[in-house]
Amino acid sequence: MSIMSYNGGAVMAMRGKDCVAIASDRRFGVQAQMVTTDFQKIFPMGDRLYIGLAGLATDVQTVSQRLKFRLNLYELKEGRQIKPKTFMSMVSNLLYERRFGPYYIEPVIAGLDPKTFEPFICSLDLIGCPMVTEDFVVSGTCAEQMYGMCESLWEPDMERQAFEMTCPVSRIIEFDRMSTTVDSKWDSKGIISKDGRCGNNTASSKSMI
Amino acid sequence: MFLTCFKKEKKQKNIACIILLLFPWKDGVVLGADTRATEGMVVADKNCSKIHYISPNIYCCGAGTAADTEMTTQIISSNLELHSLSTGRLPRVATANRMLKQMLFRYQGYIGAALVLGGVDCLGPHLYSIYPHGSTDKLPYVTMGSGSLAAMAVFEDRYKPDMEEEEAKQLVRDAIAAGIFNDLGSGSNIDVCVITKGKVDYLRPHDEPNKKGTRAGSYRYKQGTTGILTKAVTPLDLEVVEETVQTMDTS
Repeated sequence: MSIMSYNGGAVMAMRGKDCVAIASDRRFGVQAQMVTTDFQKIFPMGDRLYIGLAGLATDVQTVSQRLKFRLNLYELKEGRQIKPKTFMSMVSNLLYERRFGPYYIEPVIAGLDPKTFEPFICSLDLIGCPMVTEDFVVSGTCAEQMYGMCESLWEPDMERQAFEMTCPVSRIIEFDRMSTTVDSKWDSKGIISKDGRCGNNTASSKSMI
Repeated sequence: MFLTCFKKEKKQKNIACIILLLFPWKDGVVLGADTRATEGMVVADKNCSKIHYISPNIYCCGAGTAADTEMTTQIISSNLELHSLSTGRLPRVATANRMLKQMLFRYQGYIGAALVLGGVDCLGPHLYSIYPHGSTDKLPYVTMGSGSLAAMAVFEDRYKPDMEEEEAKQLVRDAIAAGIFNDLGSGSNIDVCVITKGKVDYLRPHDEPNKKGTRAGSYRYKQGTTGILTKAVTPLDLEVVEETVQTMDTS
């Protein structure tokens, strides 16, 4: 039994044409036992910046709260919204501070630059190694399934509409396959584009025991 | 070779399986690296950057635990910049080497950073390899990582002292390619960094022998494939950044 699969969960983010999407499941469970189906794993860190946290549920909550604290101080000092790349460095620093006793989470960041609206996605490992990609990032217990789905479905410069379908579909499909991330609604926290953000809530059609 | 040492139940991104190498040619140093980062048996990053900036004249390749190489090089780079401002001189490679080895030794090998440090300073081109426990070697050419044997084989065959820049770049490229194709832990592109007195050529990518194929069919899903339960659209205000007023002549 691994610490990372004790609660289970998965998040992913994809990059499209002038927009990004981030999605997660909503299951909170203790090993095989489901406890809640509305557990939040994606947190807004700015108008156009979200972080999704997969891993141990207690650390998901603690890290999001501690991060928000640091972010608030940043915004008060700088007087502006944080850029996604800077935010990634902030998360990396927070996680590496605990190098030899880490938070058991693997974050995924998706957002648009507050001024240029340039789309940005990245993921980090549990000790804060950042990884910026051009296409998609995945994290969680069914990461391998998500890699497979994303690699086959993602295309460069996908328009917003096409995006809305690709992201959810790839989530549902691997959710069905992973017992620690199924049987609950999952949350596509949103397609974030420069004029607005859109949050969708969709259901998985099957359940697996 | 370090992948086996780091057996852990928690996931950690390793660049353990990479090839780093550099060697001084006539008046400079050439560093090379592949671009694959693995998480267990899965490729986590297909195009990561393993050649890290230390100072304008010194660059460092990192193998081992990805976060450790990233953070260690950043810490030493920062300290070296402060040191350089204090001395008023361009930093020396030996200084960076000393700082890195003293930090790594302090952590007794728990910081899994295997580094290959290269640069050109007032005393010429230098090349060091630094191991996670803090030992260092100063050599004419080095390789590190899981693909190091494949790369070293190419080096031992074709290396000669005082090569020209193009010859050196080609040799480095071939050595990395040997690792990319023969070692499972290395892959994707070849990054090269050529450092000479007063100039740095960071070629990322220098060569892309593993371009992704084009997809034959379209796998797009129709709108409505996934049922949406609830939808909440939040329009965001766009900040006024620039306002220009153009007057119209209505006479």
